[in-house]
This record gives sequence, C-alpha cells and structure tokens, in this order.
Amino acid sequence: MSRPKNQSYKGHGLSKGKEREQRASIRFKTTLMNTVMDVLHNRPGWVEVKDEGEWDFYWCDVSCLRENFDHTYMDDHVRISHFRNHYELTRKNYMVKNLKRFRRQLEREAGKPEAAKCDFFPKTFEMPSEYHLFVEEFRKHPGITWIMKPVARSQGKGIFLFRRLKDITDWRQDTRSSDDQKDELPVENYVAQRYIENPYLIGGRKFDLRVYVLVMSYLPLRAWLYRDGFARFSNTRFTLSSIDDQYVHLTNVAVQKMSPDYHPKKGCKWMLQHFRQYLASKHGPQVVEALFSDMDNIFIKSLQSVQKVIISDKHCFELYGYDILIDQDLKPWLLEVNASPSLTASSQEDYELKTCLLEDTLHVVDMEARLTGKEKRVGGFDLMWNDGPVSREEGAPDLPGMGNFVTNTHLGCVNDRKNQLQQLFRSLQSQKKASS
Amino acid sequence: MKCHRPRVGPGRPFSSCWRPVPAAWRARAGEMLQEESDLSLLIAQIVQKLKGSNLYAQLERQAWASLQRPEIRLESLKEDIKEFFKISGWEKKLQNAVYSELNVYPLPSHPAAPPEHLKEPLVYMRKAQGSWEKRILKSLNSMCTELSIPLARKRPVGQQKELLNKWNEMGTDEPDLSLFRPVYAPKDFLEVLINLRNPNYENGDSLSFRTHLGLIQVPLKVKDIPELKECFVELGLNIGQLGIDDSTQVPPEFFENEHVRIGQKVLAEQDSAAAQQYIRQGSPTALRAELWALILNISSQPEDLLYYEQLKTNVIQHDLLVDSLIYKDVKLTASNDDYYFVFEDYLYQVLLCFSRDTSVLGHFAYNSASPPKSYIRGKLGLEEYAVFYPPNGVIPFHGFSMYVAPLCFLYHEPYKLYQTFREMYVRFFFRLHSISSHPSGIVSLCLLFETLLQTYLPQLFYHLREIGAQPLRISFKWMVRAFSGYLATDQLLLLWDRILGYNSLEVLAVLAAAVFAFRAVNLMEVTSLAAAEAVLADLSTLKVMPLLQIFLFATVT
Repeated sequence: MSRPKNQSYKGHGLSKGKEREQRASIRFKTTLMNTVMDVLHNRPGWVEVKDEGEWDFYWCDVSCLRENFDHTYMDDHVRISHFRNHYELTRKNYMVKNLKRFRRQLEREAGKPEAAKCDFFPKTFEMPSEYHLFVEEFRKHPGITWIMKPVARSQGKGIFLFRRLKDITDWRQDTRSSDDQKDELPVENYVAQRYIENPYLIGGRKFDLRVYVLVMSYLPLRAWLYRDGFARFSNTRFTLSSIDDQYVHLTNVAVQKMSPDYHPKKGCKWMLQHFRQYLASKHGPQVVEALFSDMDNIFIKSLQSVQKVIISDKHCFELYGYDILIDQDLKPWLLEVNASPSLTASSQEDYELKTCLLEDTLHVVDMEARLTGKEKRVGGFDLMWNDGPVSREEGAPDLPGMGNFVTNTHLGCVNDRKNQLQQLFRSLQSQKKASS
Repeated sequence: MKCHRPRVGPGRPFSSCWRPVPAAWRARAGEMLQEESDLSLLIAQIVQKLKGSNLYAQLERQAWASLQRPEIRLESLKEDIKEFFKISGWEKKLQNAVYSELNVYPLPSHPAAPPEHLKEPLVYMRKAQGSWEKRILKSLNSMCTELSIPLARKRPVGQQKELLNKWNEMGTDEPDLSLFRPVYAPKDFLEVLINLRNPNYENGDSLSFRTHLGLIQVPLKVKDIPELKECFVELGLNIGQLGIDDSTQVPPEFFENEHVRIGQKVLAEQDSAAAQQYIRQGSPTALRAELWALILNISSQPEDLLYYEQLKTNVIQHDLLVDSLIYKDVKLTASNDDYYFVFEDYLYQVLLCFSRDTSVLGHFAYNSASPPKSYIRGKLGLEEYAVFYPPNGVIPFHGFSMYVAPLCFLYHEPYKLYQTFREMYVRFFFRLHSISSHPSGIVSLCLLFETLLQTYLPQLFYHLREIGAQPLRISFKWMVRAFSGYLATDQLLLLWDRILGYNSLEVLAVLAAAVFAFRAVNLMEVTSLAAAEAVLADLSTLKVMPLLQIFLFATVT
C-alpha cells in the first residue's frame, strides 16, 4: 500500500548540494574544556584544530561570537553553536520585551485567549528605564515579594529579593554613586520581576526544572526537545520569612554549592523521569500531561516571539537551557533561557546525561550528512516544531485541528536513545545502499 | 495462612475417585471435624480481636442508627440489619478487616500451644533470637553509659517549643552525632545467622547431597522453582504484568488500559481481597497509593490523625536516646541517596513517632523477637518499674530509615505515611531482622536464595565460593532492606506490589538469585570478593519483573 503523497509534510531542513558531500574528517574547534571536549574528541572522524586553523565546526563561548561573525567567512557546510544575536532570547530584559511585543501581536491577530497563552512569565520591568511603571504595579499589590535580577549574569550572581521600595531606592543610590566613581564599569541593567510566592514544593523544598531545547533554524522555525533534563532542588526548606537567605530561594546548582548545608554527595538533582513519575503518582497521568503540554507551549511561544528578530543564519544552531518553575496550581512559569547551559557535570549521572545530550545534538546537526531530513526523532531529541506543530503519529499529516493530534514531545519520558540510534543509522545505511 | 482444604485436581471425574473405602472415609471425616474445630477456633480468635477495634464500635453505632430506617422490622431484625450492612458497604469493611486479620495472624497450630509457639515454634531459634537481643541491648546500654546520656529524659519547655517550631524541617538541624554509632549493621546480623545451628541436626563431616555449601547451615524447608512457579503463577509468561507489558514497545490496548480499568473497579468496590489478587500483576502508578491502603486495610479516620498528633506530642515532650540513632541513620543513609534526600524531613516525622507508638507492641505476639525491657533509674529488676524501651520495642539499626523512604513517593500527609509504614512494618519488615523459621523470615529467605543459586546456577555458585565470595555476603544487604535504595524507585514499588499481593517476602530471595543469574557471565570472570561486589554494586538500571519472570519461568530446570 503506497502512502498518499503528503504535501504538508516537510523535512526538517538539511543542507543541500555541496554541503551534503561526505567529508573525510571534520575539523572542530572549541573553547570549552568540559563534557563538550570529551564528546567532540570521541566522535569518530572528528579532529581538533587549534588557534588559527580552519575549522568546520566550532562550539564556542558567547564571548567569542563577535569576532567570528564579523571577521570570518564561513563556507556553506560550516556550523557554529550560537546565533549572532541570541541575546534577544537569553538576556532577561530583551526576552521580556520581545515576549510583550509578541503577546500584543497575538492579541491583535487572534484575540485575548490566544494571547493569554503567553502569560507564562511573571510581571517584569526593566530597570532603570521602566522604574515608574514598576512603582505603579508595586503600589497596586502591596506586600508581595519581588526579585531583582541582573540581565546578563548567570549562576545566581547579583540576585536579591525585596518587599519594600526602600530596599531598592537604597540600592539605586549605591549603584549610582559607584557609577560616578568608576566610569569604566558598564551600567548594568536589571529587571524587577514578581516573585512566585507559591512554588510547588517537594519534601518542603523549592525546585526548578532545566530543560534542553535545540534550535536548528529560526526562519523557518525548527526546534527539537530533549527527553531528559533535571529538577534542581534548593538545599533548605522553603519559607517566605527568610527572603535574605539566598540559598533558600535560588535553586541554581552554583549557588547551592556555596550553601553551608551543601553536601557534594547529594547532588540535589532529580532526573526529569523521576520527577514526572512522582507527579503522576501524586496527581494522576492526565494532570501531568496537561502540565507538560503547557511547558511545550512555553518553549514554542518563546521561540516564536524572537523568530523575526534573530538574525537567521544557516550556519547557526543553538542549544538552549530553559529554566522552568512550577507553582502550586501546577502552572509552569518561564524563569529564563540560557544560551550556554552549564555542561560541566556535577555527578556521574549528570555526566552521562550531558554526554548523551551533546552526542545527540551533534547527530541532529549532522555534519556527517547521514540524515534524510524527514526524521522526527534522533536519539533523545524529538522534533517539536517544524515551521508548524509536529504530530507524534507516524506518517500522519502534521495538521493540528485533526481530532487525535498529539504533539511529538516526550519530556521526562523513557529515553531509549541507544536503541533508537542503532535502528536509525542502520536503516539510513540500507537506504543509502539501496539508492546508490 | 495455611489452607487445610484438600486441592481437587482438574478434570478428574467424580466417579473415578468415589471408591468406598471405609477406613479412609473415616479418616477424612476426622480431618473434617478437626478442620471444623480449627475453623471455629479461628473465628473465635478473630471475633475476639475485632471486638476491641474501632470498626466494632462503628458497626454497633450503625446498627443502632439503622433502627430508624423503615426497612428494618422487629420480626426480622437480624436479617434486616444484615441486609442493611450489605447494601451500605459496611459488610465489605468487615470482610476487609477479617481478611486483614487472616493475612497477618498465623493460624494457631494447636489450641494448647503456648504463646511462644506463635512467636516461633522452634526452641533453638527462640534461644538464638534471645541472645541476639541481649547483645543489642548490652550495646545500647554501654553506649548510654559511655556518653552519659539517659535512655530517656523529659525535654525542658524551651526545647519543646523549639522542636515544635522546627517540626517540619528537622532535617536542617545538625546535632553532633559523631559519638553515636548505629547499634548494629546488617553484616553483624549476618554473622549471627551464619552461626545458627539446629542441635538436633547432625550434618556430619562428609560431604553429601544434603550438605549446605552456603553460609546458612540450618535445614529449613524452602521452595524450589517448580513450587515457586505454582505459588507465583500470576507472574507467568503468558500473563500481563506491569513492569513488562507496559513498556514503550507494547501498545497500551494489549494490556495496560484494561488493567487500569480493572484497578479502578477494584477501588470502587473497596474489596481488600480483590485488590490483593489484582496487585499481583502490578499496580498502575496513579492507583498505587489507594490500592496499598486498601490491601493494608488502612482507612484514614479522624481518630488516626488524632493518634498521630498524640505521638507527635510524645516526641516533643520526651527525648529518647533512640532519637539520636534515628537521626544518625537518616543522615547516613536516606539523606545521601540521590533520590530520597528530598524526603528527609518526612523520615524524621515518621520514625520519631514510630518509636513512641505502643500499639506496635501488639506485633510481638507473632514476632520471634521480644521488646527490650528497661527499668526506671534505681529500680533495676523490679517488675513494677519495668518499661519497654523504646516504647514501641523496636531498636533501629543501620539502614532502617530506608524502609520508609520509598513510601514518601506515595503518601504526602505525614499521618497517612505513618500509618502505611507502621502497617508494612508489622506485616512484613519485622521479619527481615528477627531470627525465626517463618517462610518469610530472613533465615528462610537467605536459605532460599542460596538453595536456588546452588541448584540452578551450580557453576556460578561454586566459582564464587572458591574465590571466597559467598553470594549471600553480597545479597544479604539487599534482602534485609527489601531492596530499598538499591533499585530505582519505580522498580522497587513494582517489587513491593508483589510483596503485598502474595503476602510473602519470598520474592526478595528470588529476585536476588535472578540478579546473580543476570550478571552471571561477568561474575564468572571475577577473582575476588571485592570484584564480585563491584559487578553487583549498581542495581539501579535493573528491571525487576523481566528478571523475575525469566528466572522463574524461562530458565531450563
């Protein structure tokens, strides 16, 4: 029985022509020294080039981006691990701006309910530019807690909580005076965000989720979701009475490592599968499905909001680390998106997760030109968005609005990537043999 | 519970077995009379038990209240009330209570048997348990004297307030526990079991087919694989299982969906016996908490919450030495576990209350162990001043908190978690650290494990023995903890489903043997105990049900 020609089914976009030539070896360059280095070295046929050598693949630091894009000419087949202006998504103030703009657009085009789907980030104001808007909002809800975050720092640095305007007017004075004294220091932007006071607690502890999303292109938007991830627990018990205790509220592993309670053996992380099972045994599978599909919505909408702003470059791909917080009503909130999620491993289990994540990322990037472009799953990655939603069913047309459309995401589900990869590459090989 | 009813073979025509043989017929009649009197003894015992329970009071109240109902008539009072109970679901509750009693309490072997026989029929086992207990108590007392800490003391009011405030986060406390040692660890207990001897059994020096090549040297009856297959028939190859037939490759229409539907029906019917039968094929994640509560016959009444609060008050008012042991155990084991560390606070809330719960003393009627006695200061030897220490009679050992940790996955209100743990302990876990001849006791489990290995994997067994790596030395700790902390949580819960379903711990020994069988190839290559330990160090990737199924039903015997 021949399958009906499916005009609406699109491949997930592969390099064409000259780029599809098999290369004898792939020259890679990287500035990172951790798991990335191990994975790249262990990949068959990949050799490292150092310093000024020519490269086919570069896993770089965000700081090295500018020199690359401005000074280097890249051949068609070359790949680099960041988009030039990724900060539109990953810097907190830009992301908020883009999301607000996208929301307004959605409201105009599709009405309030559709726009309400973008309400996954807590009310945020840029400082100091939106200070007055912030004060208005602040006065409307007296007594709630706010969190001040620097836009461009990571690992929990520079973050603090406050409840009174006095706390930040003091801080404002401090930063202003320091600016006067040292002119070389760049003015740092902050965002003030409404603090989520009712997080979902497990064992009395607060946690957030780290999820990995791989974006292969923005125009059209093609994004993959990795099945594994983890929940990061705060070491101390959650209570609103101690907002000065940074360790309670911030769940970054970097901050937790400094906490006096921290015992390295603990690791304070749960794999997402374990977390999903825990929730299912507590709330039942349907509720969990709803939660995870709300999270899918967060990933898609956030990417869509910067789709037109990010400079589309076929050489670029990016692996984002999304930080999600769940509240007691099982609503997921987006905390931030990281362009360089930490790839250093904190434990053996963590090392394995990150190694597999990187290996699968390289499979999807496909420097070896093995994929056909029609795959919906590669190892632990599921194709989540392909210029439109992707259906889980095999061979079904990717049209939402069909009665039994189920999205092709499996976050926190079984990740039998080894088997899948074996089967995938075997069938690719036989296809190649058949066609040659 | 042993069933005295004779099994009727399938398909035997009635006529072929009806041969009037007077002597045999008379013997059979005698048997039936004995059964009758056994049964009436059992019924009397259960009625006695239930008369003191909450259920009895409730039934009485309900019966009185039902007199108001129009359908209850004076002429047929008894039948009408019975009918009312049936319709309103109270009969079901009574059934569940009776079923629960049958599961927990062993049948008295003889009406004249003394109570020690209910605890443990074999004298040498009782003696061994007695001397082990003396050792533990001595160790506890000497720790007490060394550290000059009283076994129990009343907390000053200030400290009481502090503890009450911190009740939900006791894990943040970091008391100095460096001087405390666990009273004993599983390996100490193993040494005691290895030295158990039946004085009536002379093995002789010459090797024969009766020689026990393992560590356990007592001749208890254990099942072999054909008997296990009969016993665990629902784990067979052609019967659906959760843990196997719900994997990603199998479409849910095959088994899973129907199984979930049946599970919901069982819960709606609130039938304990049906739930126990159902759970032999595994419990769906969403239904497990309720199913376990139904099987263990735990219904969370307001009185239960009050009882728990009372225990909490006891903890706050008095500080026991045992508390420090509990703290230490949690810090050493559960807090260091990659997944259970999150539940640290719950563990304190459960275990501290557990040690104050005198209702647990009831289980010593059928436990070969006896609660340790202590005397009020200065009144040594005077029976009027004797108290059980700790109040629940259970001294925790290294790893004890791991019995509670997996339950935190299912129950989130402390009192529900507490009730479930207590019931699991008095039904199952106590057998894992007391010396007895019960088929689910740790001695039998060890012997079952060794026998299975010796019989069905003789080469592996012999090899390991030769290199000084007796298999029991490695698997003992798994069985004592019922595999908690060694398996992944979802696998552990599937295993514990079967413990509840079959009302037996034998599945632990079978799983231990199956694990060795699974890693046999690697084990054949090791040359030392340490290397063997390394091969079996990480069980977190194992899938329990396929291992059990293959070992029982797919191994060539």
